[in-house]
Amino acid sequence: MRRLLLPWALAAIVFVALPYIVPDYYVGLVTKMLIFALFAMSLDLMIGYVGLASLGHAAFFGLGGYTVGLLGLKAHVSEWIALPAGVLVATLGGVLFAFLALRARGSYFLMITLALAQVVWGIAFGWRTLTGGDDGLPGIKRPTFFISLADQTAFYYFVVLLVGLSAIALTMIVRSPFGLALLGIRESETRMRALGFNVWRHQFVAFVFAAAFAGLAGALFVYQNKFVNPAFLHVVMSAEALIMVILGGVGTLLGPAIGAGLIIFLEDFISSQTQRWLLILGIIYVVTTLFAPRGLIGLYRDFVARRSKP
Amino acid sequence: MTALVIEDVAKNFGGVSALRGVSLSLEAGERLVMLGPNGAGKTTLFHTIAGTIIATSGKISLFGDDITNMPPDARARRGLARTFQITNLFPSLTVLQNILLAICGAREITFQFLRSMESRRDLQARARELLEQWGLAASADQTVRNLSYGEQRQIEVVMALSGEPRLLLLDEPTAGLSPAETLRVVEMVRKLPRNMTILMIEHDMDVAFEVAERVAVMHQGRLIAEGDEAAIRANKQVSDIYLGLE
Repeated sequence: MRRLLLPWALAAIVFVALPYIVPDYYVGLVTKMLIFALFAMSLDLMIGYVGLASLGHAAFFGLGGYTVGLLGLKAHVSEWIALPAGVLVATLGGVLFAFLALRARGSYFLMITLALAQVVWGIAFGWRTLTGGDDGLPGIKRPTFFISLADQTAFYYFVVLLVGLSAIALTMIVRSPFGLALLGIRESETRMRALGFNVWRHQFVAFVFAAAFAGLAGALFVYQNKFVNPAFLHVVMSAEALIMVILGGVGTLLGPAIGAGLIIFLEDFISSQTQRWLLILGIIYVVTTLFAPRGLIGLYRDFVARRSKP
Repeated sequence: MTALVIEDVAKNFGGVSALRGVSLSLEAGERLVMLGPNGAGKTTLFHTIAGTIIATSGKISLFGDDITNMPPDARARRGLARTFQITNLFPSLTVLQNILLAICGAREITFQFLRSMESRRDLQARARELLEQWGLAASADQTVRNLSYGEQRQIEVVMALSGEPRLLLLDEPTAGLSPAETLRVVEMVRKLPRNMTILMIEHDMDVAFEVAERVAVMHQGRLIAEGDEAAIRANKQVSDIYLGLE
């Protein structure tokens, strides 16, 4: 237990101290990193733990985002309702998608999730009167929860709090008997059935959990950007999250979080130099799968294993 | 009490009849070995009992309940456990985690999110006790993938029995093992508690008589003989299949 407490405490100190150390711009960048860390961790619950590779995870990110945006901008609903509603709509989206997609496995599951997410994207793109179409919804305000979070530093702390709590919840899930059952399903569905587990129900619950956390990430990202557009729902968003997971290390929670931080940082840095960010992203993906198929966490573990052997 | 009743079970795959009306019953605590050459229908029958294949016709009951059309996990929750002919474990988990999952499945510890697996001392202790009992304690924290085939076959059996099932189905647990390893697995089966009903599929007649008092022989989708060692060894049709025709 003490072994676990130390890294958490260190992380807490670093994240609390950060705004006093770095300029405002980087506070915004780290906010974005944290939001995508949550998004990538939620996706890894599917890929790394249950073993279901989804290419439609942006649908929940976008559903959370659009719900928060539309409720705030068009319905003038309080953020106390809008933010939970964003998570709720993403969760319900997860319920619906899970019913439709969990009939298939492997690359068929990937294609169904991709197709379902593209439907949501198509609606957001086409329904101009509601969603503003390709232009999206500008002018969304940052929320006020007891104190105004309009200021970047205040909003940053809000994100640290919510992402931190979500990370703790996800950690508890993967360490619980339920989490072990998910790993079992990833390894052998037939064996899990023979042991008396209802495999479909486990996959369903994991899918819905993943959608809920992705929805929270999406809602936070809309508040961060004060803006939402169909890019939130696009397959590029799903693929980017997938690459964050693979780069960091499938089957861990820390890996995807690190992968997300790294990708967001590189995106920010490279986009300021060149327009070819997607090309670079593709190269990162290829290099990772060729040389570090278990991601950065995998490389680190190999390194430790090699050093511990004389 | 009757543990398992199979009534006139048939299974067709398209035009192929794998099972042509098999009837069989096992009393609670009984041990029966199913013998037969390749393609006799042993494994198909096994699948219809475990639920991985649903019978085309006929009826299967487990301790009085009709399970003919039940999914495999529902059967498992009614006290049926099985092993797989082709080793089917969780290769990248540790031996301990494999056993823990078997215990969780049997005790229906399924949707529990709040407490970590590590803090479940009761489950951890039970899993280690089982590994100790079956001589696998030394490999408890090893990843299953890194174990020898022989050890994996033993874990296959330990996993099935760690939920304390009422009916244990063993699908050629000695498949591919060396004579020494076969002996270990046979010893394991013989040491199982007497109140556990066991149905085992086996190729080898000598192994079969080591394990069970009663043997049934299948051939071309039918049950052709049933009885104790002497009756089976004396049966003309059985010796034709095993010695003459094969």
